[in-house]
Amino acid sequence: MEAESPSGVAGKAAPGFEPKIVAFCCNWCSYAGADLTGVSRMQYSPNIRIIRVMCSGRIEPNFVLRALELGADGVLVAGCHIGDCHYISGNKEAEKQIARTARLLEILGVDKRRLRLEWISASEGQKFANTVNAFTKEVRELGPAGYGRK
Amino acid sequence: MAADEAKQKLDGLIKKTGAFDCVECGKCTSLCPITKEDPNFAPRLIVVKALEGMAEQVAGARDIWVCLTCARCSAKCPYKVNYTEFIRGMRETARKGGVAPACSEGGLMNSLAGLMTKPDLGQNRLGWLEEGMKVAEKGQYLLFTGCTPYLNVIFGEKDDRVLEGTKAAVRILNKLGITPVVSADERCCGHDQYWAGDRETFEKLARLNIEWIKSTGAKTVLATCPECFRALTKDYQKVDPDFDIEVLHISEFLCDQLEDGKLKLTKEVPETVTYHDGCRLARHIGVVDEPRMLLEKVPGLKMAEMESAGDESACCGVSALMNCDNTSKSIQLRRLKEAKATGASRMLAFCPKCRIHFKCARTGNLPFPKEEVDIDVVDFLTVLDRAI
Repeated sequence: MEAESPSGVAGKAAPGFEPKIVAFCCNWCSYAGADLTGVSRMQYSPNIRIIRVMCSGRIEPNFVLRALELGADGVLVAGCHIGDCHYISGNKEAEKQIARTARLLEILGVDKRRLRLEWISASEGQKFANTVNAFTKEVRELGPAGYGRK
Repeated sequence: MAADEAKQKLDGLIKKTGAFDCVECGKCTSLCPITKEDPNFAPRLIVVKALEGMAEQVAGARDIWVCLTCARCSAKCPYKVNYTEFIRGMRETARKGGVAPACSEGGLMNSLAGLMTKPDLGQNRLGWLEEGMKVAEKGQYLLFTGCTPYLNVIFGEKDDRVLEGTKAAVRILNKLGITPVVSADERCCGHDQYWAGDRETFEKLARLNIEWIKSTGAKTVLATCPECFRALTKDYQKVDPDFDIEVLHISEFLCDQLEDGKLKLTKEVPETVTYHDGCRLARHIGVVDEPRMLLEKVPGLKMAEMESAGDESACCGVSALMNCDNTSKSIQLRRLKEAKATGASRMLAFCPKCRIHFKCARTGNLPFPKEEVDIDVVDFLTVLDRAI
């Protein structure tokens, strides 16, 4: 559908709004990638809260919805590049699950830009920093998701 | 939660549900679909424990979440103990103590319901409407579509026809010359939250839905899903005593239309079907005859009753999308065997969740030949739609 949800209208954010972003990172690639970012002393926005999972394929729709319910403004899911999955095909499962989640978010009226799936390898520290910075900027412009109960 | 608070709540529940009248006859346990599969579960034992004042043991036990609240026990209890309400009340108490049930898909539907309590939601839930279907934002009749657009995404792999009943309902109403109110402002009815002891979310959803229903100017609300129907007719009034808009199950409404001569079932549907009564519809509310009267009037259609039918109907094994386990699967397969044994080609049901559970139960490895449970499960309204 074309219509933008009220929560998704860009530029509505109050000045000084800083989004809360939950980032699910897979143990083998993206979490190590995040580690490299830190070890290499690259700067990235402090809005994300990283949750390590063994595989991006572990992320089911409810992880994303629950994050929104608990007050997140955006959710980043990061895993190994296709073909590089430690468990061979876990990231293909992640692709499927995230697509399913995106469909649910669309019906619910949540701007789909609040959910992002990225492949970040253990050697891509710079990509991790860039992804987080770009995603934070985008969610900041979207404004608060406003689903949080607390 | 403090022990005396649990005790206080328990005493209140015993009074409210008439549990004190229990004579320990055991009829409830002998009828319980769960006891049949899992002998460690006994409704009578739960009530006896409660009467002995063992509040924390009752509230903390897994048993109160295992119960299907299918009301087979309440319906047959000689002393009219409201067993389902007792369990529901205990769940509220347990939840306050931090105990929560295991929900299907990691509690996805519960999270969705939680997100739907946001006042300015802006859903895009009408994508399923097909060309030619007439719906409106305001009008005399409101069609409560329930959570089928969401279930379609979540369970689409198990059941690719989740939305067929909702679509058939719109088509049938259109054929009757009615343009129903179907709106993106509808939210989850809150049934599952109510039965999972999450009173807060349920009340929020109920208030938002009541406000929306009133704003449409509807005189009659039509529900297809038995769970929505139960919430709208029995539970919304507890949130807003002034909510007095007529709520009918679509089978009741279509029966009235049939009697008035407005609904004409003319086209032949030459097949044999059987009908699965949902627990909310048949026992919680008592809509048993209407669906059968409608089927009787369909030309060429033969109706074969299952071994357990009507208000004694067996259950689909899961309620409010909680605690789906091996017991559920056994119950589902038992029911499917009953359906297959009638010789019918299809089993009809109103409840989209019943349909999903039955279809899910047939997948995977079975301890017997697949043919024994190989029966198609379809929405009741699709058959009527073909007959008009």
